Amino acid sequence: MTLQADRVVWHRGGKLVVDEVTLRPAPGTTIGLLGPNGSGKSSLLRLLNGTAKPESGVVTLDGAELSSLARRDIARSVAVVSQHADTDVDIRVRDVVRLGRIPHRGSFGTASATRDEEAVAEALRHTGLADKADQRWHTLSGGERQRAHIARALAQEPRELLLDEPTNHLDIRHQLELLSLVSRLPVTSVIALHDLNLAAIFCDEVIILERGRAVAAGPPREVLTAELIARVYGVRARVGVDERGRLTVLFEPGALESSDELTPEDAPPAW
Amino acid sequence: MTTPVTDGTGSGSGTSPGSTLRVVLLLVGGIVAVALSVGAAITLGPADVSLVNVRDVLLNHLGLADIPVRVVKDAIVWEERLPRALTAAAAGAGLGICGAVMQSLLRNPLADPFLLGISSGASTGAVVIGVLGVGGSVIGLSGGAFIGALLAFALVMLLARLAGGGTDRVILAGVASTQLFSALTSFVIFAFADADETRGVMFWLLGSLEGVRWDDVALCAVVVAVGIALCLAYSHALDAFSFGDEIAASLGIAVARVRLGLLVLTALITATLVSVTGAIGFVGLVLPHAARFLFGPRHAGLIPATALIGAVFMVWVDAVSRVAFQPTPLPVGVGTALVGVPAFVLILVRNRRGQ
Repeated sequence: MTLQADRVVWHRGGKLVVDEVTLRPAPGTTIGLLGPNGSGKSSLLRLLNGTAKPESGVVTLDGAELSSLARRDIARSVAVVSQHADTDVDIRVRDVVRLGRIPHRGSFGTASATRDEEAVAEALRHTGLADKADQRWHTLSGGERQRAHIARALAQEPRELLLDEPTNHLDIRHQLELLSLVSRLPVTSVIALHDLNLAAIFCDEVIILERGRAVAAGPPREVLTAELIARVYGVRARVGVDERGRLTVLFEPGALESSDELTPEDAPPAW
Repeated sequence: MTTPVTDGTGSGSGTSPGSTLRVVLLLVGGIVAVALSVGAAITLGPADVSLVNVRDVLLNHLGLADIPVRVVKDAIVWEERLPRALTAAAAGAGLGICGAVMQSLLRNPLADPFLLGISSGASTGAVVIGVLGVGGSVIGLSGGAFIGALLAFALVMLLARLAGGGTDRVILAGVASTQLFSALTSFVIFAFADADETRGVMFWLLGSLEGVRWDDVALCAVVVAVGIALCLAYSHALDAFSFGDEIAASLGIAVARVRLGLLVLTALITATLVSVTGAIGFVGLVLPHAARFLFGPRHAGLIPATALIGAVFMVWVDAVSRVAFQPTPLPVGVGTALVGVPAFVLILVRNRRGQ
């Protein structure tokens, strides 16, 4: 049993953003959420981490409905790496990672300070940040900041990791490093991604979202076809398999006639 | 003072510069500094009072000794300067932690306890009582200020909610409401106040610890102590806000409930303090930044550090305002602003460089 979504529906600002999506990741797998801007990837992640409640359908954690659980109990199992999580606080990397121990603390103290420090040290080591632990947040590069967020999420010791476009603004090398790190972690990961090739390399399964609906799901090699990419993204693509058996997606310039470009739904939610 | 202790990197969690040991040492030093500051501040002033007199008077009143002290000196120390210094310490501590909490909750380094319209609301409340005389004898200037502060806070939260919530809406609503209440205050003064009333109200508007009594000390001390305890209980939640609401929620914080609860707490602390001392600006804005430089951003250390720095700062600013132009006292808000504005500019410059 893990974190599962069953036929969840959510309207946001009067628009249907998640439409009867079901998600049942096998424990330990890496699931890619794919789809154009505004297709509901981020919204689905918000339902999965319990910061929003579906209007119908349920999200369950080990069989218990998420909305019936205390936030802290959710946080002990589910960690989130979101987009644009930046800070003005002059904080050191170690203290960022320590934030991940908050769900394991009481109001006035911690169950075990040693346990906390071990978890922080291990998360730093896992993400290759051990030697940067005492550096200030503002001195980190974009890739290091994302890794620090992942270290913070790992310090939470979650079983489920939700990542919203974690490779945004990273160069190719850091994109590869970050996703191979995530796919090697002993947790179930759900990652919203834009890059189909990266999804093909690192995800065990992908789910394609289009206007809130899951239109295809399964292993990348079965799901990512030229027809599907044309239909969902409105672009021409050539999908092949390289000599090492890996799926490759090549895009052709020029939109398809039927494409409807970016729709107003793509606008980020108003806060 | 304290003997130097080497911060061994061997055992436990105290391995970093902001380690527990260091924080404890600095906090103990801070408490000693507050006590010494209060003692020293009491000796300042036109009437000659020595530290020995202060000690004797304190011991007498605490029932620990029976040392002969001249009645005048006893009255000056016990009835005048001591309650005043203690109220200053409580106000500095309280305004400091309110600033620290608001800067974290609203993720804005320039947030301060008066951002939510509290101080200007208090001013309006005070002039409505003091100048217009509405319910004057029953409520009093302080009561009017307290009510005005909370009404302004309620208005800000309502406006922010109507505007769709979110920290930036809270700040915008606070700015708008601050302007509105400042205008109302000026309007009442210009339209209705005579010269005497204007002087009386203005002194209070700029902050003043003239004539505080022991019941003021008790009120401020209790409110500030409870405030510090509650903020400390939520120090991890405050840490969790560093990267915004979404991360805070994913770390197990009930974001909306915790933020509203802590904002109401800061409003109550600020309203109480303002009702006693008038509007003392810049303490809440600047001192949390000073505390962050010294203790780092983790709230378990930042909250007590800000409280102690605020207490020491206010005790000295009040003492200096009391004696600098004697016999004319300077409003204490003038003193804090004269120190606060340059510090504020430094923070702005520093933030620009950081980007």
